[in-house]
Order: sequence, then structure tokens, then C-alpha cells
Amino acid sequence: LSFPLRICRCAPPRATPAMNCRAEVLEVSVEGRQVEEAMLAVLHTVLLHRSTGKFHYKKEGTYSIGTVGTQDVDCDFIDFAYVRVSSEELDRALRKAVGEFKDALRNSGSDGMGQISLEFYQKKKSRWPFSDECIPWELWTIKVNVVNLANEQERQICREKVGEKLCEKIINIVEVMNRHEYLPKMPTQSEVDNVFDTSLKDVQPYLYKISYQITDSLGTSVTTTMRRLIKDTLAL
Amino acid sequence: AMDTDLSSQDRKDLDKFIKFFALKTVQVIVQARLGEKICTRSSSSPTGSDWFNLAIKDIPEVTHEAKKALAGQLPAVGRSMCVEISLKTSEGDSMELEIWCLEMNEKCDKEIKVSYTVYNRLSLLLKSLLAITRVTPAYRLSRKQGHEYVILYRIYFGEVQLSGLGEGFQTVRVGTVGTPVGTITLSCAYRINLAFMSTRQFERTPPIMGIIIDHFVDRPYPSSSPMHPCNYRAGEDNGAVYPSVEDSQEVCTTSFSTSPPSQCVFTVTKAHFQTPPPVVTDTLKVPVMGLAFSHQLSSSRLSYQPAALGVGSADMGYPVLFAGGLNAAHPHQLIGPGKEGGVPPIPSQPAHGTQADQERMCTPLDGVHYSAATPSSSEDTETVSNSSEGKSGSPHDLLETIFIRKVGAFVNKPINQVTMANLDIPFAMFAPKNVELEDNDPMVNPPDSPETESPLQGSLHSEGSSGSSTGNTHDDFVMIDFKPAFSKDDILPMDLGTFYREFQNPPQLSSLSIDIGAQSMAEDLDSLPEKLAVHEKNVKEFDAFVETLQ
Repeated sequence: LSFPLRICRCAPPRATPAMNCRAEVLEVSVEGRQVEEAMLAVLHTVLLHRSTGKFHYKKEGTYSIGTVGTQDVDCDFIDFAYVRVSSEELDRALRKAVGEFKDALRNSGSDGMGQISLEFYQKKKSRWPFSDECIPWELWTIKVNVVNLANEQERQICREKVGEKLCEKIINIVEVMNRHEYLPKMPTQSEVDNVFDTSLKDVQPYLYKISYQITDSLGTSVTTTMRRLIKDTLAL
Repeated sequence: AMDTDLSSQDRKDLDKFIKFFALKTVQVIVQARLGEKICTRSSSSPTGSDWFNLAIKDIPEVTHEAKKALAGQLPAVGRSMCVEISLKTSEGDSMELEIWCLEMNEKCDKEIKVSYTVYNRLSLLLKSLLAITRVTPAYRLSRKQGHEYVILYRIYFGEVQLSGLGEGFQTVRVGTVGTPVGTITLSCAYRINLAFMSTRQFERTPPIMGIIIDHFVDRPYPSSSPMHPCNYRAGEDNGAVYPSVEDSQEVCTTSFSTSPPSQCVFTVTKAHFQTPPPVVTDTLKVPVMGLAFSHQLSSSRLSYQPAALGVGSADMGYPVLFAGGLNAAHPHQLIGPGKEGGVPPIPSQPAHGTQADQERMCTPLDGVHYSAATPSSSEDTETVSNSSEGKSGSPHDLLETIFIRKVGAFVNKPINQVTMANLDIPFAMFAPKNVELEDNDPMVNPPDSPETESPLQGSLHSEGSSGSSTGNTHDDFVMIDFKPAFSKDDILPMDLGTFYREFQNPPQLSSLSIDIGAQSMAEDLDSLPEKLAVHEKNVKEFDAFVETLQ
């Protein structure tokens, strides 16, 4: 059994990274039913590192930070387990995004290639009539190649192999996190919504958006951007 | 800056951060090897008791052991804090799986802000540790522990000892944090070589059951035998309680996700877990039947028999398996399902403790927090010495574990064709899966027809059966001398051994052999039109029957 190494033919994501934006790319080859769990594992691991407790601002510009809980998640279709932040809202948001990505992959009729991106950005307020700018500072892209397996034995091996691959990805993510490169400055109370997503009740991730692209068999890319539900739509 | 030295307040803060970081690191590692899923709750309102803004439980015994190992010191150059994770089988063989090292090097970052940047980076590092502890091989092993082996931990302070990990061990770096006094690094060295194990050359260790506990307060089961399942009440200085053995045995098996069938070839028998004849010593010895290698009370002396493998100092390995009973929400109370062998709740427990007991997953508790060591607690009064003198606590006389490949008896085939499961080598279950083995693995490729030498098979076995598989694991074994116990029987002329050998490989069913099978299929096809006609005639009867089922 071999997993073919494929060259990704899709175009780069629409959001062009700004000068300070670092971009990390991960690639995985998975079976169709493993797509969701693999994506969730990676996205949750990144968000674990990019979420803090809720800020509570006090007088004189000081603030205290709430507590972030964590929990283990076992995968059903992959021999793998990962840790995520204990926040049902965050989990729901990620599952929704990943679910859409998975459906798009399946329905596109392509040969099962696509990518999902997690972008962290800061908002920069602009004066009227210009709308606020979103300046990305970190971009994670997961390129996915869906394989079709012929029999149960191959599927079994795939469970283990993908599990091992995901272990490597987690180690890669942690390496990046450990570089302690640019992070937005801790904001004052008036600026906090330009840096963090304060809409969740129990944790506070940096502002992020998730988008995905499917590569169709002709090599052209079909871009679908999915905006962050709560903040953006309610802001309209 | 003119004043490059750390202000005294900053220095105090930094020392405190490092100390609690070390304690939390140990908690994360040990909890990740308990064999259970960990779950803690986020809380938006800061309570001031959660170090590094992370909800990490403090298991009291673990904190105690960590503090004991540190003995008031902090990690410094040449003085690292190490958490050693090892595995011990039911037969007493043990091997080191991982060494997690918290080290300090000399590279200082004088500019960094202690109270803010260092603290947040330490928090980030703990998150990385949470993630990395799930991706090393020992995680999966620890999730499956309980039946044939348990996972133990040991904390030591001083020089890092990696020799017990075997050849070719891998290292993964969790991360680093620069501070004005040095750079903290956290990494893990883990064994990848699980197959080459033999402890025959060492003193044979008695089974794991020989846990000697000094404090045994209550015996809930009056019984003639002095040995019965453990059921502790809390020691004086902590609220830890342990479930009874049988209960934890049930609990342990439930929480696991599917493991691939081809890894289930191994059949280390549970017979090994039967209680050995009790050896009475002057301290009370309690057999742990199977699974509940309860974590030792901090006030009692846990001594494994023997401390031979790899332990020079008085430090022993502590079982990490909290008998499957550790409810993440209540570090002080372990699950004790049912009344028999149930655990009396500690009065100081939060009110909703009992309900939460039965749940394996974390249950949200409104406003209740585990009674962790609080930052504002008496810890402040402890003096933290960072002096460079002081004896290293490392076990210098750590035994060099040399492992040789051992092939079991009765095998006359090349090693790589032997099914590991049938070998009587320790850690057979961890032997690498050979591709050939997989082909021979009856669970992956069930053999169609075994090639047998049974004298009985002659007439039944069709000649030239092409359905026989090439690799029958049974063929790889030729028993030289099979002496089953109690096998002599005066009534029958043949003994159990012969019987077993002859009937071990029964001939295949005739209907399964291809020729005969093909023949009967042709017959079946021919008879189909007739059968259909009959059924059509009786259609009304069938319909009536179906009606009665509605």
C-alpha cells in the first residue's frame, strides 16, 4: 500500500499575508471518513495555543485572565487522540467549518484535494467610509488529499499511518509555537476586540477566520470563504 | 539598562514561577499516563488558584513526590528535573519508556519581563506539553494499561539518565522559555525499541501484586484470608481514596477506543494475575488483583519488589494507574461504583462529588474548583534555594539495562516467522509487527485450510485443495515435547497431548473446499427454477405469514 505523493495544484489562499504574517503549511493524506477528525485535531491543537482565558479589565488598565480547561478527544477513525480547549462554543464553530469543508470535498467531484486555512488576524479600525482592515499575522494551511482504499486491511493500516502522521503534525505545530515569534500586543480594554474574539463565554481565542478551497480536477481552484459566524454577521 | 540584575521582587516571582511550572509539568505528564481521558473545565472568572491560567489538577501524591525530589531546589544548570515513565508487566518485567526532562541552561534573556512574558510563555509551554504528551508512543500504551501491564512514574532531580531507554531512542522538544537567569527547556526522550527485551538475566521480580502499604485503615470485608481487595481510607494529610480492585477492573476496560484487531494477537494470559501465595511481612501486604495499582498514600512507604531495575536511590516507581477510578473533576476522590467495595466519600469533598463519580468524563462544576495548591497558599513561606551546592539526587548506580533478543523454546523456524504471541519472552506484545507476520496473522488473513498432519484428515480433506493458505501459523510450530498438565488418563488409550495435537488442526469442511463448493453451487443454480416455482405457488401462504408478523 502506498500513499501517492501529490503535488498540490491549488492556488494560494485569497488573503494575501501581510509582511509580518507567518504562514505554515501542513499536508495530510487521509481517507474520506478521516477528514473531519484530522482537521479538528490540527485546528484544535493550534487554537489550544492561541486561546487564553477571558480577560477581565480592572481599574488602572490592569486585567486578570480566566482559566482555560482542556480535554482529551479520541478519534474514531484514526488511531489518535488530541487535546482541545474545553469550550463547547469553540468546538461547535470548528466542527461547523470542518463539516462544510468535508462536504465540499465530497461534492466537488474532484479527485479529493483541497485545503482548509486558519488565519489569525488583527482588526485595524479605519475611519469612515473605509471599513475596518483585517491584518493577518499567522496563517495555517492544511492541505488535504483524500484517498480511496480498497479493503479493510488497507483501512486498518490507514488508521495507524494517519495516526502517526498526525503525531508528527502536532510536533510540527508545537515547534512553530515555541518560536515565540510575533504575537499581537496585549490590548487595552478598548482595543481588546481588535485582537481577541471576545464572543465566547469561557475562552478567548485570538481573532481568527477559517476558509477553504477545493481543487477540482482541472487544477483550477474554487474558493469558498466562510466568515466567522458570530462577530462578523452580527456586526452588519 | 543600568541595572541588569533582577529586582528582588522579580527574582522572587521568577523562582515561584519556575517552581510551580515544575510541579505543573509533573502533573501534566503523570496525568497523561494514567490511562484515562483528562477533562478540566474552563472558567471565565479568574479564581487566582490556577497557575498559568490553565486548569490542571493537582494530584496530591504527585505533588508530594515532585517536591520530595526537588527538595526545595529549582532546576538549574546540571540539575534537571526528570520524570521517568516506565512499564511493568504482570510478570514483573519492566522497562523505561520515556524520560521527560525539565532543564535549565545558561543562556539568559535579561530583557524579558518576568511577570508578564515569562509567565505567559510558561503557560504556552504547558499547553505544548499537554499536546505532546498525547503523541509519544507511551500514550497509547498507557491507555491500554491494566490487564497485562501498568505504567509507573518516578521523579528524580539531578543528572538526566537516558541509558535505560535502549538504543536509538528519539527525542522530541516540547519548548523553551528564556528567563533572566537562564533558559528553561522541556523535552522528552522516548524509547522506540520495544522488542528487544529480556530480563532473564536479572533477578526475577515477583509479580506486581507485591505492593506493601503501611497504612491500611479499614477492612470492609471480613474474610478468613488476610488478603482481599484494597480499600483504603484517606491518610492523614490528604484526601485521597482508592476504589476496590474489582471495581476498578471493570471500570478500566470501558474507556478505550477501538484498537486494530491485528494487534490483538497477543495472548498474555491473565493467569499471571492470580494472586501468588501471600508472603507475610511485618508490614501489611495487599495483593492488587489485576488493575488497581493504587497510587501510594504520600505517608506510606511504597516498595516494589525488587527495586532492582534501574533504581539506585530510594526512589521507586509509583503506579500511575489510578485504578481507573480517577475522576478528573475530583482529584481527591476516586470512582467507586457500587456499594460493595464502594468508597466512602471524604467529608471534605464538594457536595456533588457522588454524582460525578460515576461519570468518566469531566463534569462541569459550577464554581467548584479542585483543591489545588493555591499560589497564595503556604508555598510562599517555603524557602526556595537555588544554591549551586547540594548533592545531586540522581541514582548513579542505575543499572545498565542490557537487552538481548530471546527466542522462546520449541521454535525451529527463523525468528521472523514466529508468531510473537506464542513466545515466552517478556514484552512479547510489543514486538514489532513483521510484515510476514501479518500475512501469517490469522486475525488479518484467516487461513482457508490449514495444512495438517492429522491422521484423521485423510478421507475428508479433498485432494489438491487449492484453497489452503500459504501461511498457517500453526505450521511454524513443531512441538518437541508437549506435556499438558493432568494429561494422563487411564481410560482412553491416547493422552491429552496427543489428542490436542491431532485435533488442533481439524480438516476443513468439505463444503468449503473449492471443488466441492463449486460443484454444489452448480447444483444449486440448476435447482433454482424449480424452487422458485414452488415458492410462487405458495405465495399466498407466505403473505399470510408475513401479515401475522406485522
